[in-house]
Amino acid sequence: MTAILDVRNLNKTFGAITAADDISLAINSGERVGLIGTNGAGKTTFVNLVTGYIRADSGSIVLRGEDITGRSPRQITCAGVCRSFQIPQLFLNMTTEENLIVALGIPTGKAMSPCASARAPDLRAALEDLLTRFQLDEVRHRVVSELPGGVRKLLDIAVSVTREPVLLLLDEPTSGVAADQKFVLMDIVMGALPDEVTVLFVEHVMDIVSRYSTRVLAFYDGRIISDGQPHAVLSDPRVKSYITGTPD
Amino acid sequence: MTNGRIVLFSAIALAGLLLLGSALPDWATFLLIIAFSKGLAALGLVVLLRSGLLSFGQGLFYCVGAYGAGLLMLWGGVNDAIVLVFAGGFAALIVGLITALLLAGYRKIFFATLTLALSMLVYGALTKADILGGSDGLNLHPAKFVGWQASATGSAVYAMYAIASVLGVGSACLMRIHFGSVRGLLSLGVKDNEIRVEYLGASARRVIFENFAVAAFLAGIGGALNALALGHIDPELAFWTTSGEFVFVAILAGQASVAAVFAASFLLELVRSFSSQYFPNVWQMMLGIFMLTIILFLPNGLGALLQRRPRDKAVEGKAR
Repeated sequence: MTAILDVRNLNKTFGAITAADDISLAINSGERVGLIGTNGAGKTTFVNLVTGYIRADSGSIVLRGEDITGRSPRQITCAGVCRSFQIPQLFLNMTTEENLIVALGIPTGKAMSPCASARAPDLRAALEDLLTRFQLDEVRHRVVSELPGGVRKLLDIAVSVTREPVLLLLDEPTSGVAADQKFVLMDIVMGALPDEVTVLFVEHVMDIVSRYSTRVLAFYDGRIISDGQPHAVLSDPRVKSYITGTPD
Repeated sequence: MTNGRIVLFSAIALAGLLLLGSALPDWATFLLIIAFSKGLAALGLVVLLRSGLLSFGQGLFYCVGAYGAGLLMLWGGVNDAIVLVFAGGFAALIVGLITALLLAGYRKIFFATLTLALSMLVYGALTKADILGGSDGLNLHPAKFVGWQASATGSAVYAMYAIASVLGVGSACLMRIHFGSVRGLLSLGVKDNEIRVEYLGASARRVIFENFAVAAFLAGIGGALNALALGHIDPELAFWTTSGEFVFVAILAGQASVAAVFAASFLLELVRSFSSQYFPNVWQMMLGIFMLTIILFLPNGLGALLQRRPRDKAVEGKAR
């Protein structure tokens, strides 16, 4: 398999706290990678470093052979890395449909053209496709600030895939979602994504990690302490001791 | 509303306005010209407000537009009203592009105060510039209209009114189309959440830069119209109270409708004119009462009256 993301010796400290400690890894094309770890282990920092939200102190991030270290979030997004957020980042005063239209209009260049209609047929077709894939049709005319948390999470992910990313990072896609809805949400998300998209998702629920990932990275204290297939990582004694807390 | 319908409604509105102007007395036509000129500057402010920025220095571009047109007439010998109006707009656009480079990175109160500071800087410079008439300003000649020099006052006022109507309705039409476009929605997105805009691959700074330039151009055209209608330019056009008036009109109008911007501008001119005539000593107080009434009873501005209620929209959405 081809490495789509190649991270080498990534370091990041916040004062006395080491959030990323010499992280090196390669993510292959089409992998579904679950990132696990306790709070403060460095999962979100890793996502933020890859997507340019924060800059690394040292190390390199290479996407498809192109060095994206130190680039701005916009440049990294344009390079093909998109993300969703733990707290959904949406246009709260717009409707679901308007959020998606803006998102769809940016990669096509329509969003920078002064009079490109939001009703353009190609835009509407792409919009309908997204609304169907992410099962958002019923809330298409609702203002985002009125939507429940789970729907906002879905919309945040739907918005982030409009650019057809090669690498998608989802920061805690099921956090804040009712327990019985977590699997439903993940089914919709994973079903909506094309197989060729490489996905990294931060997750605290191990059943979700087991079911939806092909590979798991376990973070502890800014380092990756285990990397492999889900059953292997989740049965690793260090992961059990530091992260899952499950008995042998 | 589709773009075709917007253009159609605009053409009907323009025809109606031109007919109305021919029936109105000169004083009312003149009031409408001033309302259009200030409405254009306020429309620019609405463009900025939609991207989350409030400028307290829109008077700067209004003044640059007026001086640009006035100086081209006095020093350049150009007399055609249409050329002068667009020259004023382009002068303001150039200044707008330069200032946008400096200001596009600022937000909230920093942006507002910096725009105010820049306009007051220009006001101060103009009052000291004797070559530009100092604090007294400069008087302009009557302008020509495509080579035609109006012989009677009424004809000149109507010709100027016709230009103001075309520019006002034309700008309103273009801005309405723009507000409904993807780019118009992106501006609202910048106001709502810049992080998401950047993570979608667009530049919030670029959006603000462009909106600022558009706002400057519109204010410049408005300023040039004002200068030609009054036949006079002076530094007061850049004074903070002029910018405050534009803010007042923008708040009065709200962001829901472009037509409301011009309606609000006309209403303000009307209230001001009648208040100063019938309550000469307390007209500012009348203006204050008027503003308070609007804020209390129409917090979303006059434009809210033209908007359908959200409940209706929801029902319509379900019906689709």
